[in-house]
Amino acid sequence: MKTNDVILQTATKIIFFIIFLFSIHIFFAGHYTPGGGFVGGLLTASGIVLLLLAFDLKTVMTSLPINYTVMTAIGLLLALATAAGSIVFNVPFFTHAFDYFELPLLGKQSLHTAMLFDTGVYLVVVGVTMTIIQTIGADD
Amino acid sequence: MINLLLFPILLPFFFAIILMFFPKKRFTQRIITIVGLLSTLIAATILLITVKTNGIQAITLGSWPAPFGISMVSDMLSVLLVLSSTLITLIVVWYSFTSIGKAREENFYYPGVLFMLTGVNGAFTTGDIFNMFVFFEVLLMASYLLIVLGGEKVQLRESIKYILVNIISSALFVVTVAYLYSVVGTLNMADISVKISQLGQPGIITVIAVLFLIVFGLKGAIFPLYFWLPSTYAAPPIPVLALFGALLTKVGVYAIMRTYTLFFTLDQSFTHELLMIISILTIIAGCIGALAYFDVKKIIIYNIIIAVGVILFGASQMNEASLMGSIFYLIHDILIKGALFLLIGVIIAITGTSNLKKMGGLIKYYPMLGWTYLVAAFGLAGIPPLSGFVGKLLIIQGGFEAGNLWGGIVILASSLVVLLSVMRIFIYAFWGEPVEITPLTKRHYRGLFTPAVILVGISVLYGAGSEWLVPYMSDAADVMLNPSQYIQAVLGGA
Repeated sequence: MKTNDVILQTATKIIFFIIFLFSIHIFFAGHYTPGGGFVGGLLTASGIVLLLLAFDLKTVMTSLPINYTVMTAIGLLLALATAAGSIVFNVPFFTHAFDYFELPLLGKQSLHTAMLFDTGVYLVVVGVTMTIIQTIGADD
Repeated sequence: MINLLLFPILLPFFFAIILMFFPKKRFTQRIITIVGLLSTLIAATILLITVKTNGIQAITLGSWPAPFGISMVSDMLSVLLVLSSTLITLIVVWYSFTSIGKAREENFYYPGVLFMLTGVNGAFTTGDIFNMFVFFEVLLMASYLLIVLGGEKVQLRESIKYILVNIISSALFVVTVAYLYSVVGTLNMADISVKISQLGQPGIITVIAVLFLIVFGLKGAIFPLYFWLPSTYAAPPIPVLALFGALLTKVGVYAIMRTYTLFFTLDQSFTHELLMIISILTIIAGCIGALAYFDVKKIIIYNIIIAVGVILFGASQMNEASLMGSIFYLIHDILIKGALFLLIGVIIAITGTSNLKKMGGLIKYYPMLGWTYLVAAFGLAGIPPLSGFVGKLLIIQGGFEAGNLWGGIVILASSLVVLLSVMRIFIYAFWGEPVEITPLTKRHYRGLFTPAVILVGISVLYGAGSEWLVPYMSDAADVMLNPSQYIQAVLGGA
């Protein structure tokens, strides 16, 4: 029996983007305020979970054709590469670099390699969470 | 190259990540795994030479000053362990090509092995107690995968036990680190050592020492805490069993040796006495188990427990001979346990059973296997030219020097039991009336037997060349006896 869930689906279509934007905000805010890669990743994953609740597994997989295992691997690679960049400069592993830049539109901003590391964390968290949920969900 | 000591950790990690991109391509997976392990082995060898010529290598991550960042320290003990772990992993992976099977290879078996090596090498190298916890979790998570991969009924049952025990011990690890942090206010191992000696080891530190013994004892299977090990280790396939048997308990043993020589050195009449009593009980419990079973896997598994007891007895004596003996025996045990598990894996593959009573007469068809097994068995028991001899000799010498006559005698007696238990495998499986067997194809047999024989060969060389190894071992024991060298390498002149 298929219930009519048009309210849920319509609301999801809007709310998903709010959650996603909020997760990106949290992710970027991590250096100066509470937040960071881990919560950001979890929030993104929870947005996708909301999609999974409103629609079925197949629809979400076709609209977001992401191999989450590969996503995890890319995240790990990014984190490792950021940390290992210091090896090239012969300073201790994990030494980060950081400076201020004038960016178009955004003005004076600090860019820190820790952000790249956090991106790796973000990708791993999203990848792992979604792998877990999809695998359990696809299991009969 | 100041980051050199991190390469044995980073290389397996990097190659494991690469392997995650294409789990289904078996042959590419194999090639990349071998390349990764060989490069790790080379890095570890270079590191060994560097540590030998330039002394202890230490680095604090992120260019932070020493007690504030995570320090990684490579002294002789840790680099020897890193080198032998990588070597054993390389050989076990080679053995896996023939034995592990397509289904497991396509489901992240090799990444699992490499992640486990990352954790093991990291736990041996770290100089930060909480980072050690993290590396313990890395290797445990990977081992959870390896133990359950395949999804046979017995694997599922035993993995529940294994995970439950390890989660409890990890939680206890966190609690213990929390206690320690609240007393000394630092997590850097060198700094902890300084702070504890300033405090003069009050009662609470002794309590923490015992808690650490419980935590690492659960990981490393000492006397009352080894209950989970025999049935759990019997569940996974042979290459995984060989990896676990050779590496995992040794990480716990290493952690006990490290904490008991670096941190808790001021109340030895209590802590080290306790360690000694427990290690002797461990030996006795292992001996009983090794004699009780007619299952080849179980016999060798109980021999792990005996070896843990012997190594820790050496560590508890705190004199130069016994510590050197412990290190000799630790490396020997990594090599020989790996070799024995691989050899009984060949026997099980040939006979199709692990029950000794259903075997017999294998020497007629597989003479080489028989004699190789005999050499490995003698090596395990410690017959002079082979690898187990020097370590045990030094441990017993150390025990006698410290006035623990009975401990030494128990170890000597345990060698007889060890010999008896492994010779029973030889007598039942290789002598006697031949039984029906399904002979392996030549290619299959060679794929299983060659890595095992090479590992036995390495362990024989290790025994024969022990004279040449003495400077390395005495360097390692020296650092354990004089933690000031370790502290100086991490904290600088302070």
